[in-house]
Amino acid sequence: MQAVRSFALSAIVCGAAYAAFYIAPTERTMGDIQRIFYFHVSSGINSLLAFAVAFIANIVYLTKRSPKADWLGVSCVEVGVTYISVMLVTGPLWAKPVWGVYWSWDAKLTSTFILFVLGLCYLLLRSLIEDSERRPVVSAVFSIFIFLDAPMVYLSNRLFRTQHPKPVLLGGSDSGLAPEMSRVLLVCWLALLVLMIALIVERYRLEALRHEVAEIRAETESAGAASN
Amino acid sequence: MNAPRAALTILAKEIRAEFRSFELLTSTLVFVLVVVFVFSFAFDPTAAESRRFGPGLLWIALLFAGSLMLQPSFSRERVNDTLGGLRLAPIPPYAILAGKLLANFVFLILVEAALLPVFGVLYNIPLAGVAAPLAVVMLMGTLGVAAIGTVFSAVASHARMRELLLPLLLLPALTPVLIASTEATAGLLADPPELQTTWLVVLAAFDIIFLTATWLFGEYLLEE
Repeated sequence: MQAVRSFALSAIVCGAAYAAFYIAPTERTMGDIQRIFYFHVSSGINSLLAFAVAFIANIVYLTKRSPKADWLGVSCVEVGVTYISVMLVTGPLWAKPVWGVYWSWDAKLTSTFILFVLGLCYLLLRSLIEDSERRPVVSAVFSIFIFLDAPMVYLSNRLFRTQHPKPVLLGGSDSGLAPEMSRVLLVCWLALLVLMIALIVERYRLEALRHEVAEIRAETESAGAASN
Repeated sequence: MNAPRAALTILAKEIRAEFRSFELLTSTLVFVLVVVFVFSFAFDPTAAESRRFGPGLLWIALLFAGSLMLQPSFSRERVNDTLGGLRLAPIPPYAILAGKLLANFVFLILVEAALLPVFGVLYNIPLAGVAAPLAVVMLMGTLGVAAIGTVFSAVASHARMRELLLPLLLLPALTPVLIASTEATAGLLADPPELQTTWLVVLAAFDIIFLTATWLFGEYLLEE
């Protein structure tokens, strides 16, 4: 079952890569390098989705105190951080030939980078809190604060300086993609979304198993203490 | 006891504790002075260059100082588990946070008030003419630092390596304050000085969002 699922997932991602490399038309001014756009934009949108789900999961955790919400929150942040790192690697690869530099301190780049760092901080914070009952509460409050911070980071950087291409999706009348390009983008986005959901489900299971192990360990320890 | 009075009582307690030793204020003040001094080696501190780099330098120094100074705010209470005592008091939990937040705000403002004249002299920047608008920028920026800083200090106090963790959590989260305060200060130090309201609006939005978030979610950090 595991093998079938892995095979299906890699087939989906390879199919999306095929579409990006061979089916999508070559962009007129940028040439083949523009094909990185399909994976860059898709992983960017998906990482924001993962963070949005994590935000909701953490609010649910604080109100309902269901450990499942906490597991979902940490799984989403971890996979979201992975997807952001995909975006942070593919972006400079595209930017070097097109902009002439790997990195510019543009609003979107800076705020993506800060979001990446804040996601890492959340994961680091969790690993540094030993008390397993305090960990979900404290990290949930922290994550709510960083999610409120993210729009402020973007806004302040936007006012500060910007160079990133204007949004090609939903960006007004003179923006937009060729119909074939948007179809390929949709395929890539869906492929990476399916992969992301599969990764989050796996990560969630891992977190549930960890929780179970911790409970069994606590039980055996208290049983051992009682028999002594 | 109602919440505002409880918060003021905690503020008074924090100030009394600090004014007995002056440990936190003196070490933070020396620290920012050292940072400001060390920065003079990063560029040639002539009047023109100072106007360009001065505001950023000032706020980076203050954020570093804040991230170190805010750390004892909650970890100090852990030594004798005095936070447990505060929680047992018949006051709303957010009043504890509000009191701590106000205390951190007051301490940071005191450090800034002492630092600014020295900064103006060292970097050859006349500050007296823009004292009033500069004070507004300082107060608004510092309120943002104190709001997030107090909550993150409570967050970090639960973790291992909390001394290192707090600056790590705080500095990326405070980039909006850093950008807005630096730009607003740069506007005031420019020739002719100009108070840029856009950045004041950003600072006000930041302060309001995080004071509200502290009020709504901060108390979860105090439960045991």
